[in-house]
Amino acid sequence: MDSTQAIYDGLKDAEIDFIVSVPCVNLSKLLNMIDEDPEITHIPVTREEEGIGICAGAYLGGKRTAILMQNSGLGNSINALKSLMELYEFPLLMIMSHRGTEGENICGQVPMGESTPGILEGMDFSFFTPATSEEAYDNVRLSWEMSEDEGKPVSILLEIKYW
Amino acid sequence: MARYEAIQEIMESIEEELVICNIGFPSRELYEIDDRPKNFYMIGSMGLASSIGFGLAMAKPHKDVVVIDGDGSLLMNMGSLVTIFANNPSNLTWIVIDNGAYGSTGNQDTYAQKTDLVDIAKAVGFKNSFEFADINLKDVIRSDDASFIVYKTEPGNSDAPIIDLDPITIKERFMSSI
Repeated sequence: MDSTQAIYDGLKDAEIDFIVSVPCVNLSKLLNMIDEDPEITHIPVTREEEGIGICAGAYLGGKRTAILMQNSGLGNSINALKSLMELYEFPLLMIMSHRGTEGENICGQVPMGESTPGILEGMDFSFFTPATSEEAYDNVRLSWEMSEDEGKPVSILLEIKYW
Repeated sequence: MARYEAIQEIMESIEEELVICNIGFPSRELYEIDDRPKNFYMIGSMGLASSIGFGLAMAKPHKDVVVIDGDGSLLMNMGSLVTIFANNPSNLTWIVIDNGAYGSTGNQDTYAQKTDLVDIAKAVGFKNSFEFADINLKDVIRSDDASFIVYKTEPGNSDAPIIDLDPITIKERFMSSI
């Protein structure tokens, strides 16, 4: 299975219908696919934290929501993820291109990339690090319900070698 | 006149609209003035009132959504002006109560005192960017474009108590009311 198609299929099977994004080169094919999908409302945002607020509002309006971003966006969103999403028990699927991992050629991505799993652990948020397309499909497909059950966001970290 | 009276005046025009209210004293004062299930009170995440209202407006295009925001909170999430303008949800009315102060933390000055928020929204592209004193709120809520309104007041908080609803209750009764 194609690595991008696996994520897209997982989102579709989870019935995600509202997605906000800040782009990453590794997500560009996926962003094109959701743009062309009439069943998905896609809102590009200026900063990830803003996107978290938008997803909370869309969930209030009955949508099943996801954010697509680089892991750098996690850093830009931490307070909103805690004092909006966790506080009110909003579910959210976070699909993150995990930069700064094996194969990274931009040194600026490394510090945040190395700290990203530990930040999620510190936040007490569940996350998956799929190695194959099959694993990624299953992780994405099941994460929305897991997020609803846990009452907080669930993340999928997609390392460089995943693609 | 301070924020409390501004919220009273805004709520006189509100019927079935969904209201998203900024964190801190704005939500406490709205809760005291006119608590209703169709109010969503923010308890954390300063700056995101307009983003929450925008997401809701996109998800529910046939419901009118009114955001009660503040100048300090707007300054924390200026990108929201651009995102909302670019998507132009006609059912969203974004009211910023501009008292030039971080009211809930002791009325420290904000930079809104040094700039004009109505002009900023116009420069971004909002066709509907108004001073509250110049408009009829009900007409603006029904207009065909996203609207941005600045309500200038003096700083100052009422003695409205802390909201005694837990966050889950605020969310669930809001969703049930839609």
